[in-house]
Amino acid sequence: MEHFALTNTWLIPLLPAIAFVLIGLFFKRWAAISAFIAVLASAVSFILSTFAAFAVLNSGISVDAPFIQRVTWAEIAGLHFEMGALIDPLSVMMLFVVSLVSLLVQIYSIGYMQGNKSFGRFFAYLSLFSASMLGLNIAINFVQMYIFWELVGLCSYLLIGFYYQRIAAREAAKKAFITTRIGDFGLLIGILLLQTVFGTVDFLELKQILPLYIASYGTSTLTVIGILLFIGPIGKSGQFPLHVWLPDAMEGPAPVSALIHAATMVVAGVYLVARAYFLFASVPALLELIAWVGAFTAFFGASIALSQREIKRILAYSTISQLGYMMLALGVGSLTASLFHLFTHAFFKSLLFLCAGAVMHAMSEEADIFKMGGLRKKIPLVFAAMTVGVLAISGIPPFAGFFSKDEILSAALSVSTPMYLLATLTAFMTAFYMSRLLFVVFFGEETKAKLHNISYFMQVPLVILAILSFGSGLWGYICDFGYWIRFGAPLEEHMNLSIAILSTLLPLLAFALTWNIYVRKRWSADYIANKLGILYTVSFHKYYIDEFYALLCRIFIDGIGKIMYFIDIYIIDGIVNAVSGLVLFLSILLGKLQTGQTQRYAAAFFCGVVILLLCGILYFNTISGIVAGGGAL
Amino acid sequence: MDFPFISTILLTPILAILLLFFIPPTSKKAIKLVAAIAMLISFLLTIYVYINYDSSAGGMQFVEKIPWISDLGVSYAVGIDGISLPMLFLTDIIGLASVFSSWNINKRPKEFFILLLLLIAGVTGTFIALDLFIFLLFYELVVIPIYIMVIVWGSTKRVSKEYAGMKLTIYLLIGSAFMLVGIVALYLQAFPPGMRTFDIATLSSAHLYGTLSIQFQIIVFFLMLLGFGTLISMFPFHTWSPDGYAGAPTAVSMIHAGVLKKIGGYGLIRLGLLILPAGAKFWAPLIIILGLANVIYAAYVAIVQKDLKYVVGYSSVSHMGYVLLGFAALNTISLSGAVANMVAHGIMSALFFAMIGYVYEKTHMRSVDQLHGLAHQMPKIATGFMLAGMSSVGLPGLIGFIPEYTIFVGLFAQYPILAIIAVSGIVFTAIYILRVLQKVLFGPRDSSFDRYDDAKGAELVPLFLLGTILILFGLFPQLLMAPINSGISPLGPFLERLSAAPSLLFTLGGI
Repeated sequence: MEHFALTNTWLIPLLPAIAFVLIGLFFKRWAAISAFIAVLASAVSFILSTFAAFAVLNSGISVDAPFIQRVTWAEIAGLHFEMGALIDPLSVMMLFVVSLVSLLVQIYSIGYMQGNKSFGRFFAYLSLFSASMLGLNIAINFVQMYIFWELVGLCSYLLIGFYYQRIAAREAAKKAFITTRIGDFGLLIGILLLQTVFGTVDFLELKQILPLYIASYGTSTLTVIGILLFIGPIGKSGQFPLHVWLPDAMEGPAPVSALIHAATMVVAGVYLVARAYFLFASVPALLELIAWVGAFTAFFGASIALSQREIKRILAYSTISQLGYMMLALGVGSLTASLFHLFTHAFFKSLLFLCAGAVMHAMSEEADIFKMGGLRKKIPLVFAAMTVGVLAISGIPPFAGFFSKDEILSAALSVSTPMYLLATLTAFMTAFYMSRLLFVVFFGEETKAKLHNISYFMQVPLVILAILSFGSGLWGYICDFGYWIRFGAPLEEHMNLSIAILSTLLPLLAFALTWNIYVRKRWSADYIANKLGILYTVSFHKYYIDEFYALLCRIFIDGIGKIMYFIDIYIIDGIVNAVSGLVLFLSILLGKLQTGQTQRYAAAFFCGVVILLLCGILYFNTISGIVAGGGAL
Repeated sequence: MDFPFISTILLTPILAILLLFFIPPTSKKAIKLVAAIAMLISFLLTIYVYINYDSSAGGMQFVEKIPWISDLGVSYAVGIDGISLPMLFLTDIIGLASVFSSWNINKRPKEFFILLLLLIAGVTGTFIALDLFIFLLFYELVVIPIYIMVIVWGSTKRVSKEYAGMKLTIYLLIGSAFMLVGIVALYLQAFPPGMRTFDIATLSSAHLYGTLSIQFQIIVFFLMLLGFGTLISMFPFHTWSPDGYAGAPTAVSMIHAGVLKKIGGYGLIRLGLLILPAGAKFWAPLIIILGLANVIYAAYVAIVQKDLKYVVGYSSVSHMGYVLLGFAALNTISLSGAVANMVAHGIMSALFFAMIGYVYEKTHMRSVDQLHGLAHQMPKIATGFMLAGMSSVGLPGLIGFIPEYTIFVGLFAQYPILAIIAVSGIVFTAIYILRVLQKVLFGPRDSSFDRYDDAKGAELVPLFLLGTILILFGLFPQLLMAPINSGISPLGPFLERLSAAPSLLFTLGGI
């Protein structure tokens, strides 16, 4: 079975793709069959992924010696496109995480989407997403990765706009597509440059060529390529300044937010950098850029999350912030820490989103946390699960986030103190906004609203994810995640006691603060907000970046567009119409001659004859003149 | 002699026209059926030829040749190679789709379908002709039905249909007049009297004998560029195209944007590059600049359009910019991309126009401001819009991606900086496509649209046909790239030699 899974990894993305086709073409009217097909495909994919992971562990496949299968997809003289499967510890970890979260989210969705008239369409899209994301994970070259990268983008677009009758949803979907497209523009140019400079986009071949290339040509071209490639992840993984689409993406249904905009698609950017780490790591300046983008985004996202009111938006900014952590880890050279955080984050963040979905489901789609309250007694299971999630993301030992975040912090400290301080401050803020959310929603005054029932389909995934959010970090720590992932030489950081203690105490301090503000009401939140003045306003309005972009768009897109259109109609077409007008004018003028009066024609005829005669005489005179003069003739 | 497949493909619509003359105008069903069956036969034969074309052997296949006017060196010669085969396929699939998208034509259907079949036959003829004379004959034949169809069955919005039809016709005629001068000069110059011929393959070898001086090639290529450039809506000769499409009935928009425009790109390669290589090389930098203007400028104009047909019209101008760029980069990769992109754009724009046609037919609205939330009432049409739109955006898995990517790779090797500007087109395309689709398809349900049905019955044929190809060629691009490669890759050494030839004053070297 292990061998079968290893040699047939192409089945892993193919199965959900088949599910998509079956549901989309035949079964979307029947909710139960749709869900069954989708879940079955995901379950088999998950089983295959797990076996593939075991196979990788047992057969000594490492990042340096991956297992590769490839086929030619299209070929013309001088250019060929390959598709295939690159199986190494990195990709099987991704396969495992993606297929597992996909499966759980689909099960949850059976309950969440119950009664929706587009139930079948939802599962079709989810299946297409799983297929694309799993295809991305096993990409053997940049083009294959770009192809699936675009496809996950499409699924994200379709699912954000799933409730297409809502204007907000449709606008959010458009914004997501176009914003990430700007990132893809950079990525595509980077890939084209790779193709032009190296003649290949294959990960393995590039990895072999690169050292020689650097030795003979230096790193300047590579720096350009790296920056361009990195623009893709900035867009996809919601890094500053292309993060604006991710909070709006929360217009999609909660399971979509959990799966695509927390656990899987948004980490594609991190995965791309990790996959092409041999390239980024060969230019120190690139790593520094990535680290600063990551560190700033982490801080930036958290600073906005502090003041938001909508439950999923808080989580979205939190996702931006956590993705920043992962980028930071990559930038400071710790692939292990980054992927470890990716691994744990996938579980606790999808858990948080699914809990948020459950809360909203129970509250009839209410999103404002200040309109909730005291829910802990009414939906205790969700409360328990959410608490686990909050503890995990805040980095309280022994929950998952503690171990992965700790590795990032110690890796950051080993490179740059300012980055470490920024990351630690972010950790404090994270604990603050997450506990604020938890306390406001589940404590305080009980809401009067009548709550909807939460079905078992929704409860079971919550429990499983809560267990994973609790245990995955500890497991990774004990089993030496870095060794298990085997990124060549062991790179894993060891626990630094002072960092660990500080990063535990700060969240606890944050909890104490929020407890006093939001539960005991010792200090008024409004008063603090007023005291903070401009800081609070800027955070609440998300630094006015959306407004700024809207302005840019109005000037540089619509404005220039209008000017161009003006040129088109009045200048280019103006000339065209003027020429045709001139022709018309001349024809009218000449038409005047055609009077139909014979006398006039005769007069004209006579004039013509005279002119011809004159010309003739002149001509003959000239010629005879030349002849008489003994000319050249 | 083998069965004359190519001639049958060409003659079936013409036979159907003859048949239509004998059908009374009142039996509308019969008229439509005859047209549909004729196009179906042509389409199936085209598929047969497509499958049986030997890509590994390449070259001209299915050749038929009958001497016609031997004194002038004219013969009826048809055949296909890797460049014309995809174009033939494009013509017949869009031809078939356009017949079905005109299923609800009730105003003078007999005349309409006669002209439509004539148009299709004319376009088919230009792609399969191996003789320049035959090519010209069909090329001029095409303009007549278009003019009549626009002014009789067209629609008046921003500009009147008479203006649109006249503009389109005059543009194309002036363009072809320049081209005609060039071709006559070429005919006279290439070979001495007695050996003169219109055979395209023979003419393509003339430059090897040195009869065509570089100066001559430069001048004649310029004349051809005026003709073919206008046809492919090269900036600044593009304004006929959005107005023309907006005025034209659906079927004409589909064929015009889908196929006829591509004669420009096809002609530039087949006649321009192959017969007058030094001329092509000389003018390539200019074409690059104008092509770039097409891509960016037209995309910008498309962004501010309100009428669906204008959006797609300017979008097609923008996409043709990629074809021009692929052509002018003058390497096998970019040329393959250019040919593939013509096919890709043909299919997607035909689908777009078919869907717009349905919406207009039902609601009599085409403005983005009036239409909204149509996905509620017309989910199938919405699917068609999304498929066409996503292809246009260049989404992998649909037909648009590989051609675009191939052009970019080919262009990058030659002009990296300009290539980057060209690539930025993918962002602009996403902006105008999504803005329009979002607005028209999604949003709250408007009950005033409830009385309009979704596409059904025969109306679904274009969606099914074109949609299938969009996905099929997207998932299996080799189906498209294999024949194209067999047509373009033999040009490798030829293009290699050409790279040393002089080019326009500013060389753009390395930009």
